[in-house]
Amino acid sequence: MAFKQISSPHGHNPQSTSWIMQLVLLSTLPGFLALSYQFGWGTFINLIIAVVTSLIAEAAILALRNRPIAFYLKDYSAAVTAVLLALALPPLAPWWVVVVGSLFAIVVAKQLYGGIGYNPFNPAMVGYVVLLISFPIEMTTWVTPISLLSEGVNHPGLWKSLSIVFAGNTPIDGVTGATPLDVFKHSSGLVVDQIYQRETLFNQASFAGVGWEWVNVGFLIGGIILLKTRIFTWHAPLAMLGTLALMSILFWDGGSSASRGSPVMHLFNGASMMGAFFILTDPVSSAVSNRGRLIYGSLIGLLVYVIRAWGNYPDAVAFAVLLGNFAAPFIDNYTLPRTYGHTDRRKATDKGEDE
Amino acid sequence: MSRTWETPGGVHPPENKSQSMTQSIGHLPIPGTLVIPLHQHIGSPSKIDVTIGQTVLKGQTLTTATHSNNLPVHASTSGTVIAIDDQPVAHPSGLNAPCVTIASDGRDQWIEHVGVTDFRGCGPLDLLQIITDAGIAGMGGAGFPSAIKLSPSKDKAIDTLIINATECEPYITADDAAIREKAQDLIQGIEVVCHILNDPKRVVIGIEDNKPQAIKALRSYIQESPIEIVPFPTKYPSGGEKQLIYILTGREVPSGGLPIDLGMVCLNIGTLIAIKRAVIDGEPLISRITTVTGEACGVNRNYEVLIGTPISHLLTHNEFDENNCSRLIMGGPMMGFSLTSTDVPVVKTTNCILAPGHSEIPADTPAQACIRCGLCAEACPVSLLPQQLFWYAQSKDQERLEAHNLFDCIECGACSYVCPSNIPLVQHYRSSKGEIRKANIDKIDADNARQRFEFRKLRLEQADEQRQAKREARRLVTEQARATSNTSQPGSSAADIIAAAQQRAMIKQASPEQQKAKFERALLAAQSRLQEAEKRLIEATANGSKQQQIICSASVESARQKVDQTQYRLRELTD
Repeated sequence: MAFKQISSPHGHNPQSTSWIMQLVLLSTLPGFLALSYQFGWGTFINLIIAVVTSLIAEAAILALRNRPIAFYLKDYSAAVTAVLLALALPPLAPWWVVVVGSLFAIVVAKQLYGGIGYNPFNPAMVGYVVLLISFPIEMTTWVTPISLLSEGVNHPGLWKSLSIVFAGNTPIDGVTGATPLDVFKHSSGLVVDQIYQRETLFNQASFAGVGWEWVNVGFLIGGIILLKTRIFTWHAPLAMLGTLALMSILFWDGGSSASRGSPVMHLFNGASMMGAFFILTDPVSSAVSNRGRLIYGSLIGLLVYVIRAWGNYPDAVAFAVLLGNFAAPFIDNYTLPRTYGHTDRRKATDKGEDE
Repeated sequence: MSRTWETPGGVHPPENKSQSMTQSIGHLPIPGTLVIPLHQHIGSPSKIDVTIGQTVLKGQTLTTATHSNNLPVHASTSGTVIAIDDQPVAHPSGLNAPCVTIASDGRDQWIEHVGVTDFRGCGPLDLLQIITDAGIAGMGGAGFPSAIKLSPSKDKAIDTLIINATECEPYITADDAAIREKAQDLIQGIEVVCHILNDPKRVVIGIEDNKPQAIKALRSYIQESPIEIVPFPTKYPSGGEKQLIYILTGREVPSGGLPIDLGMVCLNIGTLIAIKRAVIDGEPLISRITTVTGEACGVNRNYEVLIGTPISHLLTHNEFDENNCSRLIMGGPMMGFSLTSTDVPVVKTTNCILAPGHSEIPADTPAQACIRCGLCAEACPVSLLPQQLFWYAQSKDQERLEAHNLFDCIECGACSYVCPSNIPLVQHYRSSKGEIRKANIDKIDADNARQRFEFRKLRLEQADEQRQAKREARRLVTEQARATSNTSQPGSSAADIIAAAQQRAMIKQASPEQQKAKFERALLAAQSRLQEAEKRLIEATANGSKQQQIICSASVESARQKVDQTQYRLRELTD
């Protein structure tokens, strides 16, 4: 009887790429729930539009590229990109904003580079940055957190939300407002205590910024789940958060008017936690070795702080991540681990034998 | 308790060891025919001693070693040699290899053999000769001749003997069973080896903590002995020689080096038992313990199997159900290779025959794209970046592959095992290693060809110059002759001849410069060829390829002669 010639190893760990992607999707749930509780139906609608657009776009490009459509759609990577983009977009953004962002993420940032595994930049962040630069007004209009709504005012219901998103009806006054990072940025001249006393976004907050603190806690919980299930290592996220905290301590300046905000404010506002655990950890576009990921995470943490503190944008995760993506191959070149039996690390561009 | 070190990476595949340990080591009926491959070890082939039709006894040598790095093989049972030809053997290449086929007579009659009564009274070299003559090669997997490992070397003293009882591959229990049932033989084997090595400072048995009974058996035998038993946590691939050395000593075998560079030698359980049998009982290596396991086998058990027993014989005696067999593996699931046929024989390195069921080890699913998740890098026991290696293997970027230390990959399969995209990473690395080796050989060939071409060009140029010089000389002679014949009396042929002779002499006087230049050029060429040949010899020595070394040293010698010859001529000319 003849048997098949099969290369070792025989047998396989049951964990698959689509399972990893599904786990990432599930882990966004706490963040998604926090967003939905704080800001209403908008995030849910974003999510649906983004996922539908992304899957259609992915399938269409796969068909154009003569690739098996079902095989690739089943890896859930397009869904992950769509969900991350949707969670980053402002709730109640017009539908075409979400569609344009999703199309750009999937078609340009992912498929044009060769599809899953070949994109040098994080597709969701490419989509986000394109939108932020092209449609600044739509992208900076944020819904007011639920606890700051005046009495008798509510977040629009599902139908009302749909009409805002699809028919372009403007939201009711008092439902949109600034984010804590916006407020802090535009309150220069005041000492930190004054800002905290004056602004409801801070004085009604539990510890960092109304609404946003819980969104960040949600993503932190999701991130811890992924760390525990060993989907990624701690290196990039912790390096990023650590550097962000360190920078805010260095420039805390005793809470004077020149202060750029406390570590807690920076860690639990904007896209800090989502960026650290769901964006930086995209393995395709990040550095590969653990040491490389430490440097990669630190660099992004540094850039986030620099752009938040001295740049023109209140938040900076998307820009910082894209810059980090640019640097990743360079970081990789210098961060190969030391192999067993070698006295030194080598560079990726080493020629010939070492020693 | 001795300290242990933890290797990076590693995986924990399901162990599946208990099913083959429910019974003690079994014996099978002697098969009707045994096929004994002549070349079961690393090293060159040996000389065949038997002829077709000859009757042989159990333990009789079938081949004699012709070189220090090869080993003899022996008849595993008594019978008649019925064929000496190429047969399918267990090799990943699937190629046939020369084998001696013996029809057994069922009497299993031993050749006269006698062991050494007092091995301590023997010199190490005598004992090493016995080990070589018994055909003992590493039985853990690589099959390296044991005597070579144990041979004393001038500059490298061995102070540590490491005994590999790790058996980290899932399913395999051959060493575990051997320790439980043959611990006494094992200890005697260790004593023999210690004597050969002139009592190394440290003797340590490394064993995974998933074999508590074996550890207990060992402890009961060596209570008063300085042999250390060091159990450590189970993790694949702790049993790799390099990994085990690190776990037990915290030291790393240098890349491209051998344990002896650290003053260590590492031997497997089966090898030590074989050494005991060879030295004390006088029995050559003709059988080994093999695990027969997997769901496709009704019985899972260890057997003492004669070398040369067809796999089909093992399987039929274990209620093999070929319809439920997803693949047939020689070795363990992580590093074993698949067999395409059950006709191949058991060899000295066959530690396991694994016949998994369809649900046990299902067919591989198609590979998805690499998302560089890095699980492979987390699993790599030698701290490589498998995802990067895969990337460069796909683009055939050999420079980057070497910079990423591809050749330090031990092909343990941990990366492929954890890969969520199911990419056969090890397969890619094997293929890349082959491509790089081939490219290196091609490069040497191309260098040789270029040298040949350049030398030919030089030779043709020189010949051309010589011809031109001669032509010029002839032209001068005839011109002068014509001139003299015009001035002198016609027909004075004697004058012509004299003039021509003078002319020739003049040319000869004129040519030393030319000739000197020619010889100098030739000398230069010969010297550069000598340099080139010496460089290649050094490379070949570093590669360890014996044949290449011989070829290179011959070309060095001929180049040196050429240099001497040219120098001599040059001296003759200038003197």
